[in-house]
Amino acid sequence: MISNKIDTVLFELREGLIIAWQAIRANKVRSFLTMLGIIIGISSVVLMTTAIKGIDASFQKGISALGTDVLYIDKWAWFTNEEWWKMRNRRKITMDDYHKFAEMAQLPLATAPVTNAARKVRYGDNVIENVILNGSSSDYVKTTNFTFDEGRFYNEIESKGSRYVAVVGSEVAKKLFTHGSGLDKYIKIGGVEFRVCGILTEQGSFILGSFNPDNQVFIPIGTIFKHFLNEEWGTITINVRAKNPSMIADTKAEAEGIMRKVRGLKFHQEDDFSVNQQEGLMSNYNTVVGVIQIAGLFITGLSLFVGAIGIMNIMFVSVKERTKEIGVRKAIGAKKRTILSQFLLESSVICLLGGLVGLLIAVIASLLLDKFFPTSIQISAVIIAMSVALITGIIAGLAPAYTAAKLDPVEALRYE
Amino acid sequence: MNIINIEHIAKVYQVGDVEVHALQDVSLRIDQNEYVAIMGPSGSGKSTLMNMLGCLDTPSYGKYEFKDKNVSLMSDNELAGIRNKEIGFVFQTFNLLPRSDALHNVELPLIYAGIDKQERKERARQALINVGLEDRIHHKPNELSGGQRQRVAIARALVSNPAIILADEPTGNLDSKTGEEIMLLCHEIHKKGNTIILVTHEEDIAKHAARIVRLKDGRIEKDELVPNRYIPSVKNSTINFG
Ligand SMILES: Nc1ncnc2c1ncn2[C@@H]1O[C@H](COP(=O)(O)OP(=O)(O)OP(=O)(O)O)[C@@H](O)[C@H]1O
Ligand SMILES: [Mg+2]
Repeated sequence: MISNKIDTVLFELREGLIIAWQAIRANKVRSFLTMLGIIIGISSVVLMTTAIKGIDASFQKGISALGTDVLYIDKWAWFTNEEWWKMRNRRKITMDDYHKFAEMAQLPLATAPVTNAARKVRYGDNVIENVILNGSSSDYVKTTNFTFDEGRFYNEIESKGSRYVAVVGSEVAKKLFTHGSGLDKYIKIGGVEFRVCGILTEQGSFILGSFNPDNQVFIPIGTIFKHFLNEEWGTITINVRAKNPSMIADTKAEAEGIMRKVRGLKFHQEDDFSVNQQEGLMSNYNTVVGVIQIAGLFITGLSLFVGAIGIMNIMFVSVKERTKEIGVRKAIGAKKRTILSQFLLESSVICLLGGLVGLLIAVIASLLLDKFFPTSIQISAVIIAMSVALITGIIAGLAPAYTAAKLDPVEALRYE
Repeated sequence: MNIINIEHIAKVYQVGDVEVHALQDVSLRIDQNEYVAIMGPSGSGKSTLMNMLGCLDTPSYGKYEFKDKNVSLMSDNELAGIRNKEIGFVFQTFNLLPRSDALHNVELPLIYAGIDKQERKERARQALINVGLEDRIHHKPNELSGGQRQRVAIARALVSNPAIILADEPTGNLDSKTGEEIMLLCHEIHKKGNTIILVTHEEDIAKHAARIVRLKDGRIEKDELVPNRYIPSVKNSTINFG
């Protein structure tokens, strides 16, 4: 008895699907236009979740390449609302400060002075403008989690001797050395010749922006001062790596104390330096993701809403147009719920088709986006998208389908 | 056996402040295998009566028994079931689904009856063969002539083996020769044992029936047997009705 009932329902569902499909095919253009809102809504919801997943993955990867346990002592506070003019008036941090600091600090695993410039880099005919050029010591590598495709970081002798050696990021290497290995090749940085002693593996991703080592070049700090920056004018950053993440707080407290001593600050004087952490980067990142999320939800919601209104409208038109057909169907035995499900199915199929097209667009778009950051369509996103499409279809179809179902057969048959 | 039994039914339409009495105090009995024509001037209530008989509409007053079951007490779903299994409609304007081919149109009542695909297709095909359309099975309505469309409609009415066929001016949109062909088909169907009720305002068409019910202003004016009933000749038939 129950299985019989299920049989009828399945039967009616299948027949309803066929009828719905016929109706949609009969009005291809109209059906497509109606689907647009759904298509946009679904592709944006899928793209959004995909993008966030991708950004997240690359951010995690990037942040661990930089090292999560590194402090950056700088003239500037990186992520703060403090007024910039106050910080502008701070004294610069000098190499002298660094040497004193390095001598006194007990807790750090490694410390390194860092400064940077932007220069043109050339190898043969390949030129990259405005590459970020980092000057540091050989200990710099210990403040990162860098891994190397080829070669190594410059060593202490090269660093102290201010030699002309360079470590290049993966993106830079890819662009410069289009044929064969770049190791031990001579490149021109701002017109000065350097030997490539190491090439980094791909480390980070776009989300890190200027922090991304892939687009950077590393040379000894003495060399950078000799050719590209004036040591008297520039300020440096001191990278300080804690022994492990749980020691960050202690290391930071020690660093602050030592820096005050190095800078000769009296107890009543404010810090004239900032000890920065990647937590700031993290909160920046969370803002970015939040903005994407809100924008995505807004676009999705709006286009689904517009789509639903469009579908409801078109379904009302469809019911009106087919009043006579509904009359005929009722005359030959269609029950109320048969007509109801016919129109509900029709709007659901329109929405599901729209959802599928939207999904397809999202897949293609994410393949294109894959060039910038790793993306992969999540199964959960697909399921969410299709259920959202289905629910939209049912909600949008409800009122028109109900109107159709309760039509009086005699009236409907008389309709011209 | 008595199929239709209506007693003192009335149908009142409210149009603004005016009450339109489309039917007043109509009583009628129709037996199995009768062939009845309903006649009357325009607006006399023929279609209203047909809709009532076909369970598309319920009377405002009075009692309607279909096969001894009181229709006035039935739910919409029960009425739909009766229409599906017991009644075959043929309309003046054919009322086929324009986008579906002949076979699918004929299948439709069987779909609503929940009959599985294979049996459905076979029965629909057979019904189309019976009305002489074996070579038009996959034609859409707009690829068929008026007479052929009406035959598809008749096949649709017959396919679920209903107790009665209700035809509201089935020849109204056809020329007289084609109309005659359709009437021949009705004759064959009646001979097979079906009950036929048809509405017409042409005396020539009405003469095919064995009994004529004449309506005027919503009342039965006359209910008589046809003395000189016209029996169409099967000789010039194009129909291989089995
Ligand atoms: N839905 C309705 N609302 C109001 N009045 C109606 C309605 N349907 C029918 N009527 C009225 O009922 C009366 C009978 O109508 P019906 O359609 O039964 O006539 P008919 O005999 O079939 O006419 P015809 O030969 O022109 O088809 C008419 O006066 C008509 O105006
Ligand atoms: Mg009429």
